[in-house]
Amino acid sequence: MSETSLLVALLAAATARGAAPLVLAALGGLFAERSGIVDIGLEGKMLASAFGAAATAAVTGSAWAGLGAGVAASVLVSLVHGFACITHNGNQVVSGMALNITLSGLTAALGHAWFHEGGQTPLLGPGARFGPIDLPGAAASAGVPGVGTAYRELVSGHNLLVYLAAAIVPVVAWIVYRTRFGLRLRAVGESPDAVDTAGISVSATRYRALVMSGVLCGVSGAYLSIAHHASFIRDMSAGKGYLALAALIFGQWRPVPTLGACLLFAFADALQARLQGTPLPLFGVVPVQLIQAIPYILTVCLLAGFVGRAVPPRAIGVPYLKER
Amino acid sequence: MGREIIRGVNASASSRARCRWVAPALLPVINLALALLLSAVVVVLIGENPARALWLLANGAVGNAEAVGYTLYYATNFVFTGLAVAVAFHGGLFNIGAEGQAYIGGLGVALLCLGAGGWPTALVVAAAVVLAAAGGAAWAFVPGWLQARRGSHVVITTIMFNFIASALMTHLLVNVLIKPGQQSPETREFDPNTWLPQLHDVARSLGWEIGRSPLNLSVLVALAAGAVVWIYLWHTRWGYELRALGHNETAAVYGGILPARTVIVAMSISGALAGLMSLNEVMGVQHRLLLNFPGGAGYVGIAVALMGRNHPLGIGLAAVLFGALYQGGSELSFDMPNLTRDMVVVIQGLIILVCGALEHALRGPLEAFVR
Repeated sequence: MSETSLLVALLAAATARGAAPLVLAALGGLFAERSGIVDIGLEGKMLASAFGAAATAAVTGSAWAGLGAGVAASVLVSLVHGFACITHNGNQVVSGMALNITLSGLTAALGHAWFHEGGQTPLLGPGARFGPIDLPGAAASAGVPGVGTAYRELVSGHNLLVYLAAAIVPVVAWIVYRTRFGLRLRAVGESPDAVDTAGISVSATRYRALVMSGVLCGVSGAYLSIAHHASFIRDMSAGKGYLALAALIFGQWRPVPTLGACLLFAFADALQARLQGTPLPLFGVVPVQLIQAIPYILTVCLLAGFVGRAVPPRAIGVPYLKER
Repeated sequence: MGREIIRGVNASASSRARCRWVAPALLPVINLALALLLSAVVVVLIGENPARALWLLANGAVGNAEAVGYTLYYATNFVFTGLAVAVAFHGGLFNIGAEGQAYIGGLGVALLCLGAGGWPTALVVAAAVVLAAAGGAAWAFVPGWLQARRGSHVVITTIMFNFIASALMTHLLVNVLIKPGQQSPETREFDPNTWLPQLHDVARSLGWEIGRSPLNLSVLVALAAGAVVWIYLWHTRWGYELRALGHNETAAVYGGILPARTVIVAMSISGALAGLMSLNEVMGVQHRLLLNFPGGAGYVGIAVALMGRNHPLGIGLAAVLFGALYQGGSELSFDMPNLTRDMVVVIQGLIILVCGALEHALRGPLEAFVR
């Protein structure tokens, strides 16, 4: 019995670790998309940050400096997106794709040239990354069956950024639904002309949203390279940015459902890693690739309206042209 | 989010009247120069000399007959994916899924070649063209259908379909199609009668000696595809309907055009073109199905279509340019080990940025200047 509960706790902990970067990136995308800017570039921002964080942490030996550099890199990418899409009314999907491709090449090229490890950054020591934190009483609770196991394996022992990801969900929900900025953000994504008529700058609001997106994607990317792993590996975001985008759509552009979608997708991934060819009752051996494809298939079904309906912000993807 | 997203790409037509040819001719050159300039900054950051890097790259791409062959071999892939992206663009659709569509097209080709041991080569080639196109078309049909009938945005669904294709093909290659008794996930080598003849072999049988390269007969299919796309877009009713839809959906509907059918047909044609890419890689060069054989060509197609201004002629030129970048980039990394082929990916991304996303930023000043 205790073995089963341990297994469940480990699976849940793996889900939490896998969901953390998705939640951070998806909530970043939430700001951008609720302001009416398509944010396909989550992937590129995560990569920029993962590389910036790992490179800086490797040079300075400080995880916090790495986090700062990662966030700065990601915000910079976000601002380029804003420059193309807000200032010059460029095509938002094209801009996002361009940034993803550029960053995929740029991080690998710079990593290869600067560190001479085939595109990787040097392995980080304990001080240069965010290590697991043992919450008080974790060891003591080991003897308590059930609750104790859950506390020790699931609640305790993650790195700082996982707790940050958990804490950011209510914060984002509060900003989006309870602050003046949040109201303007949502308004500018639904009806920018109304916001403009009210004397509020559409461009400034959208730029702010993109900075928020950059910050959160920056934390997400830093999580990958200096918390979850101990170095940057080329293309290490491995589609997580797109998965976060899928989670955002699956969560209907709302913070709490988006968290749910991230947990679901991360659970599918954790389950897949744990199963790896173990036969299941009724199904036999399920190919791991099928489980990996589940998030994408679910998102397509949702978009098709087979399960629920995804209604995007009304003004998303449309550059705002002020009347002359 | 509808089709408005894409209108920026097509909006060029309205402002083109004033200077019909100057801007279209100059813009790609300025775009390329700007992208190369930005890349030069990266090269400097890496600590190499950008001028020498560019010279090595150009020399590696067109310096001798073999290099030219390799350049054209890469270009063949990019013609297919560039045409695929362009056809969708004309209808105001952004097909990001050329990568997955090419992958599934390759599945069709591989299944045929594995089973066509004793067939005459001409028959295999004909069947392979059909199956490659059918595989790609099928993989694009679903997003097209979902866009047309269910309103699911084609950008997101094609991205998802890339991942689904990748998972499906990994499963098939690891568990089903893998050659028994080997570790790496790939099929057995096809029988030689199913190989697309390489151009240097064809030339030798005609009495010419040209440099050895993977360039094969699929380059002729690529040229034919360009011609067919040109006829389809500008000389058929379906092409007219597609372009009308891309320019103004309301007017198109008023004119009696059925948007749903037009979108589904265009996406299927787009996917078919992407699928044809597998002829070059699977049948012409590798002679087996490899994991992730499209290798990013689907994304290069976006850059090629934007730079070629969605016209087959422009796409051909842009494809050769990118072929040269790919071939020159691999040669460059021999001479300058600090510069990997990732630099080419950087240039590719920057070209998409300046050609696509920043097109208004450049077009306005340029048109004011030439006027």
